[in-house]
Amino acid sequence: MQLLANVLVDGLAYGMVLFVIAVGLSVTLGLMRFVNLSHGAFAMIGGYVAALLTREAGWSFWLALPAAVATTGLLGAALEALVLRHLYRRSELSQVLFTIGLTFFLIAATNALAGPQVQQIKLPPLLDQSVDLGFRTLPAQRLLVLCAGLVVALTAAWTVTRTRFGVWLRAAVDHPDTASALGIPIRAVQCATFAVGAALAGLGGVLGAELMPLEPYYALKYLVLVLVVVAVGGMGSLLGSLIAALSLGIVETASKYLASDWGSLFFFLAMALLLAWRPNGLLSRGARA
Amino acid sequence: MPSAFTRPIAVFAAVFILAFSSAASAQAVKIGIIGPFSGPFAHYGTLFKNGAEAYVASQGGKLAGKEVELIYRDTGGPNPGQTKNLVQELIVKDKVDYLGGFVFTPNAFAVAPLIQQSQTPTVIFNAATSAITDKSEFFLRTSYTLWQVTVPLAQWAAKQNLKKVVTAVTDYGPGIDAETAWKSEFTKQGGTVVESIRMPISTTDFAPFVQRIKASGAQAVYTFLPGGPPNLGFVKAYNENGLAKAGIRFLGTAETDEFDLQKFGDAAIGLTTAFHYSAAHESQANKQFIAALKKRDPNAIANYASVGAWDGMYVIHKMIEATGGQKDGLKAIASARALQWESPRGPVRIDPKTRHIVQNVYLRSVEKAGGQLVNKEVQSFGPQSDYGLDK
Repeated sequence: MQLLANVLVDGLAYGMVLFVIAVGLSVTLGLMRFVNLSHGAFAMIGGYVAALLTREAGWSFWLALPAAVATTGLLGAALEALVLRHLYRRSELSQVLFTIGLTFFLIAATNALAGPQVQQIKLPPLLDQSVDLGFRTLPAQRLLVLCAGLVVALTAAWTVTRTRFGVWLRAAVDHPDTASALGIPIRAVQCATFAVGAALAGLGGVLGAELMPLEPYYALKYLVLVLVVVAVGGMGSLLGSLIAALSLGIVETASKYLASDWGSLFFFLAMALLLAWRPNGLLSRGARA
Repeated sequence: MPSAFTRPIAVFAAVFILAFSSAASAQAVKIGIIGPFSGPFAHYGTLFKNGAEAYVASQGGKLAGKEVELIYRDTGGPNPGQTKNLVQELIVKDKVDYLGGFVFTPNAFAVAPLIQQSQTPTVIFNAATSAITDKSEFFLRTSYTLWQVTVPLAQWAAKQNLKKVVTAVTDYGPGIDAETAWKSEFTKQGGTVVESIRMPISTTDFAPFVQRIKASGAQAVYTFLPGGPPNLGFVKAYNENGLAKAGIRFLGTAETDEFDLQKFGDAAIGLTTAFHYSAAHESQANKQFIAALKKRDPNAIANYASVGAWDGMYVIHKMIEATGGQKDGLKAIASARALQWESPRGPVRIDPKTRHIVQNVYLRSVEKAGGQLVNKEVQSFGPQSDYGLDK
């Protein structure tokens, strides 16, 4: 019983970290159909900004978090407006090559500017403690991630399905020409959506840093994990990503408790089985996948 | 734009410059340093470079009256094939007299036939698998092995009345080495290893493993982790899940290394490790070492890798002295077998049989001194040889 509870608690906490790191990609790759392999680099930038502000500038974590999210969002908007918009209609290979190139560039730049060592975000005393759950303790920071993940998932799902902006976005992705003929400002919609995707990546970089420490190779190291979450969840479905992240997190955690000698085998086995069962992901949006 | 006319001139100039420069450095002793200078392990390269160059500078820029030329070659990471090519080029084309460096065991293994055939003395600054020095009689080592630091720690733990210990190691070569060393010595001393946990190398969330340690009913955990993120993650999980409060002791080796130490924050206070070098070691030699490092680079870090390079250069220095700067691998190695000196880590010597360094291993505890975390040496276990090779 204790073991089961442990697996669930740690699995949910780990799964939510996976989700928070992947949710930005779920927007850019999933919703916008843009093969964005520089997602990890955006997350890294968010994390580095928060680390710099809390450590060097002495900002409070609660101020540094929105500042880091805003910085990556603005950076995403600028990059989209200047460069990436030209790639939407190019082949997926061009998108892959450009974004992976950008990732390598950002890794080298980070290494040159900040050095190869791990960067830590200074947590406020409130988060830097353990919370007693009765049968065991859990770091307070993990509780924040759990709440933030839920809020992000629900807000994003509501925006996409229930608001005018969501209608515009879906129209702009599925039928850009028709949408534009109907007077939908598709350029603004694309730019804003990409900026939100980048901002969410930054959020993941900051909140996930406790488990995925920030260093120059961050941008590539966890890319496979987030791609798996988005693919298993289903392109364009944020709730799908949430379910995928939580179930994969629980599988990975259970294997650490019960069969750690097998490494990450069960994680990838679960991925393969889920994709074999639903090749378009758990909750794929529409038939256009 | 290279036209048909300018190209021959350029080629001629290049040949001329090459010939001239190699003539000018003909007397210099050439030392090839192999390490990762780019990629995720580049900090090791920096540590080697700082340690080696600080040593040469501390000797007035010359070793035994000879000019020395350090030639750096970048292996990136564990990459035996490329390392072999780089070393072959260093031996054949650059005609190096000595080799030094090596972070990763497979890279060191790969060059054994080359140094054996060319009789090139090679000093290992870091790679810590026991069997390396067996592979060629031209290998010397100034770092440590996991057996060397783990055996005295296991003996000490048994004396502290710790009966039940759980091991938690990262699941790769050195981790398995550490687990075997602990198990064999601790059970010999009458202790019990209640569970042996092997953590996948890609682990980022250590909470499940730490919960298993807690549930195992052990009095202490012996751990081995590679430096950087896994190290920080494990110690964080150890604290956040209340293991220290539950009275489960942390026993490690290189985990509180100076490169990562400050990043742990106060969470690290009280962690117990057994290791051969602490930057807080009280001695004149260590003060000189740290001063020389800081003079080269104010941000340089004194840790096991930079001290390995510093002592490695000392050994090369003495070999140059013994051979009068002539290329004579056999004579150089013969002289190195008898070396003993005062290193920044304490008194050391080269074991004539294994060509591995014999050194004091210290029991240390992390403490705060002057706002900085330090590895305070609490007790010396005395000189230790490499127990891995006696097997």
